[in-house]
Amino acid sequence: MPSSTDAGRRDLGVYVHIPFCAIRCDYCDFATWTDRGGLVDAYVDACVTDLRGRVAAGELTPASSVFFGGGTPSLLAPDALVRILDEIPRRAAAEVTVECNPDSVDGPKLRAYARAGVNRCSFGVQSMQPHVLAALGRTHDPANVTRAVAAARDAGIENLNLDLIYGAHGESRADWDATLEAALALDPPHVSAYALTVEPPTPLGRRVAAGTSPGPDDDDQAAKYERADEVLGGSGRPWYEVSNWARPGHECRHHLLYWAQGDYVGIGCAAHAHRPGVRSWNVRAPERYLERIAAGRSPEAGRETLDPATRADEALGLALRTRAGASVPAAAAAEAAALEAAGLLAGRAERVALTRRGRLLATEVTVRLLAAATPTVSTSVAVGTR
Amino acid sequence: MTPGAGLDIARSRCFSLLSHVDHGKSTLADRILELCGAVDARSMREQFLDSMDLERERGITIKAQNVRLTWRDFVLHLIDTPGHVDFGYEVSRSLAACEGAVLLVDASQGIEAQTLANCYAALEADLTIVAVLNKIDLPQAEPDRRADEIERVLGIPAPDVLRISAKTGQGVPELLDAVVDRIPAPTGDPDAPLQGLLFDSYYDPYRGVVSSVRVFNGTLTTGARLRYLQAGATHEAEEVGVRTPDPTPVAALGPGEVGYLIAGIKDVGEARVGETVTGAAHPGAPLAGYRDPKPMVFCGLYPVVGDEYADLRDALEKLRLNDSSFTYEPETSGALGFGFRCGFLGLLHMEIIRERLEREYDLSLVATSPNVEYRAVRVDGAVEMVDNPSAMPPPSELETIEEPYVTVTILTPTDYVGPLMDLAQARRGEQTKLEYLAEDRVELVYALPLAEIVVDFFDQLKSRTRGYASLDYEPAGYRPADLVKVEVLLNGVPVDAFSTIVHRQEAQDYARRMTVRLRELIPRQLFDVPIQAAVGGRIIARETVKAKRKDVLAKCYGGDVTRKRKLLERQKEGKRRMKQIGRVEVPQEAFVAALRLDES
Ligand SMILES: Nc1nc2c(ncn2[C@@H]2O[C@H](COP(=O)(O)OP(=O)(O)O)[C@@H](O)[C@H]2O)c(=O)[nH]1
Ligand SMILES: C[S@@+](CC[C@H](N)C(=O)[O-])C[C@H]1O[C@@H](n2cnc3c(N)ncnc32)[C@H](O)[C@@H]1O
Ligand code: SF4
Repeated sequence: MPSSTDAGRRDLGVYVHIPFCAIRCDYCDFATWTDRGGLVDAYVDACVTDLRGRVAAGELTPASSVFFGGGTPSLLAPDALVRILDEIPRRAAAEVTVECNPDSVDGPKLRAYARAGVNRCSFGVQSMQPHVLAALGRTHDPANVTRAVAAARDAGIENLNLDLIYGAHGESRADWDATLEAALALDPPHVSAYALTVEPPTPLGRRVAAGTSPGPDDDDQAAKYERADEVLGGSGRPWYEVSNWARPGHECRHHLLYWAQGDYVGIGCAAHAHRPGVRSWNVRAPERYLERIAAGRSPEAGRETLDPATRADEALGLALRTRAGASVPAAAAAEAAALEAAGLLAGRAERVALTRRGRLLATEVTVRLLAAATPTVSTSVAVGTR
Repeated sequence: MTPGAGLDIARSRCFSLLSHVDHGKSTLADRILELCGAVDARSMREQFLDSMDLERERGITIKAQNVRLTWRDFVLHLIDTPGHVDFGYEVSRSLAACEGAVLLVDASQGIEAQTLANCYAALEADLTIVAVLNKIDLPQAEPDRRADEIERVLGIPAPDVLRISAKTGQGVPELLDAVVDRIPAPTGDPDAPLQGLLFDSYYDPYRGVVSSVRVFNGTLTTGARLRYLQAGATHEAEEVGVRTPDPTPVAALGPGEVGYLIAGIKDVGEARVGETVTGAAHPGAPLAGYRDPKPMVFCGLYPVVGDEYADLRDALEKLRLNDSSFTYEPETSGALGFGFRCGFLGLLHMEIIRERLEREYDLSLVATSPNVEYRAVRVDGAVEMVDNPSAMPPPSELETIEEPYVTVTILTPTDYVGPLMDLAQARRGEQTKLEYLAEDRVELVYALPLAEIVVDFFDQLKSRTRGYASLDYEPAGYRPADLVKVEVLLNGVPVDAFSTIVHRQEAQDYARRMTVRLRELIPRQLFDVPIQAAVGGRIIARETVKAKRKDVLAKCYGGDVTRKRKLLERQKEGKRRMKQIGRVEVPQEAFVAALRLDES
């Protein structure tokens, strides 16, 4: 039920978490389950109930973006996804994204999604090299990707993203080049490329901790990042966030909300939400979510209210990840100048943005600026030699 | 009548318990207190051994305690002595307060290094020794054999050696009778000018300094004006008392009595161990044997965070109220900023002080590698004492460097003589004695550079002998040696924490190990960090920490901004815990870990 009277209103996103997958990938620590298929219908019902309650309570004004994330949202039968989406009040031009695993979608499903209002698909491609996909423990092959992209276009969904991962064991530089090339051949307006991250509570994390599997190599990943930025940027998709590249106008509006401290509502288990100054999150397991909703209670598991200083720190950390950059607090001006001299920041007046090398060291740069901006006594001492 | 007034000196005995660690001193003290009806058994230990956490954890006493007991119609003054070589001087002063000592030897272990050291110290103090074999209840006890050993090694006739079990109490009454019979009564003139020996002082936040005192001549009266001869200060005796072991005020203490003294003093440095107290009006002569505590081991202590410098200074000041035997003075290090050069009686003492600073005053500290005090003889003949490697004059200005030596006495089962000789030799030791005390027990004496034993000699000794060998040492003057300073530079900045003075032959090895170790410990920075080791400006080892190219690039994180922010906050806090050396950030753990250069 798109509404059309939204000009000038503050954006509002709705994130819907779908915690189901066909199999669990070795590297993944998202809130998702492979053995809860029996819960899907009840879960969809609970999301619907949750949404109706919020609309009734006036919490849910028309959304500027909706994001179905997972897990694997594309495991949902079209009518299930449609039932949820129908409950979400949306503005006329709202962006509606569904995360799709390439081997869990087909033409009919995508057409049904599109009819219900889905206008953006984000495909978990990861790699276009079969042996790398195997190393990552993925179930699809590159042909699935090609078919899925074509099916989406067929269904009229043009706004496409491909998620890529670099740094898997056995992925050579040439493999990565090939993945980038094959991904671009599909002509997606948007690409996300993530450095494979070793999360301790995953099978990969345990193997690395036990020393039975080598973790990704920093230098290799750095080189691959630089390559990605060259290739993607060079193809007319400049970076707009550390891990995201898009043709101008195709940036993900929903994700932009995250980086701008915007507002979003979280539906489903493990979903996060933000209202000015208050961050909250739902219970993590789907069963707990069902219980809460059935009991007419809020699914919220925790929340934090941010004081102004923390909000400012947070804003800096988030904004720095984007191409627009962040404004530097006066106290951190000297640090910013040093980082600029080191080639990690580029500045325009007091607004700075990360350089390519700086993006690779985004955490370090952010931490340095935050440490410099915090009024504690510096740990550095005069350096003199005897 | 209050105890203390009019004590019959002929019925007083002052004695200590001496033993190697674990031979049963504390257990015996408990039994004695019990037998003398001093306290009920449960509350006994806490009261008598009113020790700090650290002492309890390490199982050693570092403070002398005393208690006054009644046995038949005698008054016994039992004086407990510190149990570690670092505190040898305190032991000697405690012994000076006694006429006799009970030397306790484990009947299965036999004589150990500290038994010997204690026995020699007691003989030097002219004490009557009552030798006792303990733990005779154990099946592996060999009292006959150990008694013979005592006769052979210590010259105490075997038939005079008592046999007890401190655990069951067997033989303890007979031991107390022997104390009364064999140890001479004190002598002294109650009407002579006062001469009292302070053999311990501690700081009580409510009462100020509380000292343990033994009166030799004259009378120490509550309210009297006292002269502290070494400190050159006058104080009033606010309270004089005895410990039974509850502190009990008395009107006066006469010759042959031991008790405590509170005189409104705020700093233990003004009531040092070995001090003589006398009457301000009619001063007596100082008692012999006073010595300023002399630090043997030095290190720099620096706050990890620069702004904790003032806190560290305050903490050192407060700690010194309690322990006047460590020294500190401000120093500045190119790499570490503002801190203090501190001197300690030994390594254990250093660890204790450092732990107390961190635990009781909530500081995080960086300690530089411990070192000894060198004598630097310049080409023009001038001599300088150098307690900080970075203050060592450059080689071109030096005639020689001399280093302190110690005489190390090791007692070991015969089986381990080989490994111990290897160890001592590797540490530049010179053997001066090898004697069989029994067919399975050897005494080894070495002259060793103190620097070679300060770091891990004791651990090595224990590990090579499965804990069976024991060690004691005492200072033995200075000797010239071929020493060089190895300087470690991080990104071109010399880091005194890692610089050290070593024998020339060990320089290359130290340089290699330290640079490799640091390469492993120093996290990658935004630029390449060269780590170099140099002797006299010549680089002898080099490693590089390659520049960091990437940190954690967040993957897709949904809307969970909280987790990401917490991560940043933690890292920001971590930055504060980093020591900045020039442009290089070094985590505190790197300092600690780098100084543990394991040997294989
Ligand atoms: N069997 C036995 N054990 C004893 C005896 N005296 C002490 N111990 C034990 O020996 C250990 C060391 O005793 P302790 O009094 O702490 O020794 P200290 O280090 O000399 O004070 C403790 O476990 C005691 O229980 C004894 O007479 N017989
Ligand atoms: C929320 S996940 C779910 C997407 C979908 N289920 C899939 O796996 O195709 C979104 C993206 O995060 C990235 N991702 C997940 N785990 C990661 C990890 N450990 N390191 C780096 N990227 C990861 C993948 O690129 C994935 O497509
Ligand atoms: S399919 Fe995606 S969400 Fe599911 S386990 Fe794999 S990476 Fe995680």
